[in-house]
Amino acid sequence: MLDHDTLAMIWFVLLGVLLIGYTILDGFDLGVGILHPIAKSDEQRRLMMNSIGPLWDGNEVWLVTFGGALFAAFPYAYATVFSAFYVAFMLLLFALIFRAVSLEFRSKTENPAWRRVWDFGFFASSFLAAFLFGVAGGNLMLGLPMSQNLTVHQTLLEQLSPYPLVIGALTVTLFTMHGAIFLYLKTEGDLQKQAEQWIWRAFGFFLVVYMLATMFTLIEVPRATHKFEEHPWLWIAPILNVLAIANIPRAMFRKQPAYAFASSCATIAALAFLFAAAIFPDLVPSTIDPAWSLTIYTARASAKTLDIMLLIALIGMPCVLTYTAVIYWVFRGKVKLERTSY
Amino acid sequence: MDVEVLSRLQFAGTIMFHYLFPPLTIGMGLVMVIIEGMWLKTGDVSWNHAARFWTRIFALNFALGIATGIVMEFEFGTNWAAYSRFVGDVFGSALAAEGIFAFFLESGFLAVLVFGWDRVGPKLHFFSTLMVFLGSCFSAIWIVVANSWQQTPAGYHVVDTEVNGVPGLRAEITDYWAMVFNPSSADRLIHTLIGAMILGGFFVCSISAYYLIRKRHELFARRCFTIGVVVAAIFSVASLISGHHQAQTVSRTQPAKLAAFEGHFKTGPGDLHLFGWPDAKTQQVKYGLAIPGMLSFLLYADSEEPVTGLDAFAPEDQPPVWLPFQSYHIMAGLGTFFILLSCVSLVLLRGGRIFRMRWLLWVFVFTVFGAFVANEAGWIAAETGRQPWVVYPSVQDGVSMPGLRTSEGLSESVRAEQVWWSIAMFGLIYTLLFGVWLYVLNDKIQHGPDEGASIARRTGSLREAAAALAGHSRSLLGSNHQREERR
Ligand code: HDD
Ligand code: HEM
Ligand code: HEM
Repeated sequence: MLDHDTLAMIWFVLLGVLLIGYTILDGFDLGVGILHPIAKSDEQRRLMMNSIGPLWDGNEVWLVTFGGALFAAFPYAYATVFSAFYVAFMLLLFALIFRAVSLEFRSKTENPAWRRVWDFGFFASSFLAAFLFGVAGGNLMLGLPMSQNLTVHQTLLEQLSPYPLVIGALTVTLFTMHGAIFLYLKTEGDLQKQAEQWIWRAFGFFLVVYMLATMFTLIEVPRATHKFEEHPWLWIAPILNVLAIANIPRAMFRKQPAYAFASSCATIAALAFLFAAAIFPDLVPSTIDPAWSLTIYTARASAKTLDIMLLIALIGMPCVLTYTAVIYWVFRGKVKLERTSY
Repeated sequence: MDVEVLSRLQFAGTIMFHYLFPPLTIGMGLVMVIIEGMWLKTGDVSWNHAARFWTRIFALNFALGIATGIVMEFEFGTNWAAYSRFVGDVFGSALAAEGIFAFFLESGFLAVLVFGWDRVGPKLHFFSTLMVFLGSCFSAIWIVVANSWQQTPAGYHVVDTEVNGVPGLRAEITDYWAMVFNPSSADRLIHTLIGAMILGGFFVCSISAYYLIRKRHELFARRCFTIGVVVAAIFSVASLISGHHQAQTVSRTQPAKLAAFEGHFKTGPGDLHLFGWPDAKTQQVKYGLAIPGMLSFLLYADSEEPVTGLDAFAPEDQPPVWLPFQSYHIMAGLGTFFILLSCVSLVLLRGGRIFRMRWLLWVFVFTVFGAFVANEAGWIAAETGRQPWVVYPSVQDGVSMPGLRTSEGLSESVRAEQVWWSIAMFGLIYTLLFGVWLYVLNDKIQHGPDEGASIARRTGSLREAAAALAGHSRSLLGSNHQREERR
């Protein structure tokens, strides 16, 4: 059996992998949802929904598994974070519920009013979910007012301070761009032409917010910059990040959308990595007294549980990757409206 | 109301709403495997139409199951933080295993099941249906294991912890398999799955019986009805056997719960109540009808053998009585009714006599509600009967381990008005979803399977094929045409 510290470290990394998997995969779903209302016709809306039709549920399971794994590997962090963000996470739940059912219900009847309602639900819930993920991430970067007994008393309004709002805007614009590139890959004709315009616009917004967020982080989260002084190799991540971002317009100019998509995946991965590096070894930094922060060493489960979980992950993850690959393969190619479509 | 009552109400409400859908998907999964198997075996297209029809309804139920399932996974942390700290080491691994082993399997193959009809061959499609069915059974396995562990904990010890100098307690695994196969997992899992199959069977019967009464889609309805009745009959009988066994387990592992189920206030030979109104104040069951000594007989095959009563427990360790009693009796009463109904119908199926008995078909149309109620009532009995404990105290290797009371499991940082607010939102959203679900379900039932329409579609599909060949999307045909086919 590996020792307890190594296991905690491995689980920190594995949770990072789950988080990256989730943000890359559900990122484009959420992006498609955010773009949904600007489509021109009912048919385009259906095409957009069906581009993610067979995929979104599997993508969301990454979040479910992330939640379960956090519960198992770092129960104290799970308990503290989830109860601290009570209102925000309830809103997130409502968003996730509405997203799932809007997709399922929207095209069930012809009535335009019915469709408008679910269209709005699909857009608003996608937007809200993307935004709240950013807000939660931003707050964790800043740290929470966590007392010695691991409880946090903070209202939703206090959690909507400027820095988390900017990070929320960052996730929204990032996912929108990612979703637009995904749509470009999955569609053809008019819709694809529009998707191209959306990519450019989303890219512009993203770039502005990205620079703002970077400056803000340098000012508000000095901990993050210290990490780079201690471990210069970490510079690889921001450098790759900037290269990946720069490669998106380049690939689009050269009509290589697959590269653009790979680059936006890499951008998401790099940002998630930077987030993890910035808070490590904390899971929940305390702003009241840094000594009370929950770290991967204080929040972890027993060595036995971490070990068993590792075995479960080693058996399970190859299966998961296989199904995911099979599903993406079966549903490869341009999306078409078929008999079984939404 | 305080945070405790509100959080309990919220958990009960959200999980009961979730639990409308999983047993339905598990049970329908079995029926769909059978139907698609028949299609593969006979090659008769009407089986294919039947499979497609049930798949559409299945997808609808599944979407609601997914949407409502995520809620509880969050709620452990949002509302029950102290509980999560106490059990995380044990409980979390079951939840994570559920995600990795069950949900990925389900969601992946669900995509093929729903959207893959024209993309994969019939064998692969059948395989996907089978995998979705297995996946839904797996998710029941892990979550029921987690629940059973908190009812009858095993394979763990409770240790002192210290974070930031604040002491605490938590349960840690010592023996993984003993945790998974704790004294009640197997019983509870089998019984829960049986309950799901009963619901699946009666659900299919209900819709088929409606078509038979309306004289629509008769070939389809006869076939599906037959499958439904057979499934319902087999599993109704099984539920009695497994429920009986489970009651014996409960009498050993959670005697206070069994005493609550039967309104057995004083230790002594136990009577079996057919119905009644237990009154905790007077310690009696009023207006009841009981078979004297029958409870002792069922548990120990001896009607004189004493059964532990509620008086054996300190007042603060006693569960409520009224709710467990009533929900347990509703479940068992409905179970008995299901056995009678399905077995009689099995006999009447011979020669198709039942298809001419309209009143009996009407009974079937409504029995599905009873199956929903029985599933919910069983859980209410199991969960309220384990109060005031959320994790039962136990003895491991001669050492007694403290339990966790429900009141000790709450989140310290959550305030009552926040929970009020979230309950109100859940109430609103779930009412809305329930209405929409019924509406869409009704729409699909009214539309029915495609059968005869297949000829009409052939002509339509010529145009479609031409359009597809031209590499044109179906915009040519307008969305009306597709709507018809989609439903
Ligand atoms: C269609 C559903 C259905 C039907 C017909 C029955 N049950 Fe049941 N029962 C359940 C569905 C269910 C359930 C929802 O699946 C429960 C809740 C928790 C569990 O393990 O299963 C349950 C729990 C449950 C428990 C409590 C277990 C515990 O607390 O650990 C007992 C003792 C029984 N059942 C016994 C019976 C008996 C004697 C039945 C007579 C026919 C019966 N059940 C029919
Ligand atoms: C507190 C308890 C529970 C939690 C935390 C929970 C969690 C979840 C989650 C997160 C999903 C969605 C999965 C997805 O995204 O694909 C889900 C669906 C599902 N759950 Fe639950 N669940 C609970 C109780 C139960 C119980 C008791 C059963 C069965 C006995 C069950 C069976 C299922 C099944 C079969 C599905 C698949 C979707 C469906 O069939 O509707 N769940 N659950
Ligand atoms: C799907 C079927 C289930 C139903 C219908 C159900 C029903 C209920 C009800 C009615 C309560 C409130 C009891 C009370 O407060 O008096 C409750 C509480 C609770 N249940 Fe369940 N339950 C189910 C499955 C589960 C599962 C699978 C788990 C865990 C894996 C679980 C964990 C809990 C917890 C943590 C509470 C809150 C604490 C408490 O009030 O005891 N339940 N449930």
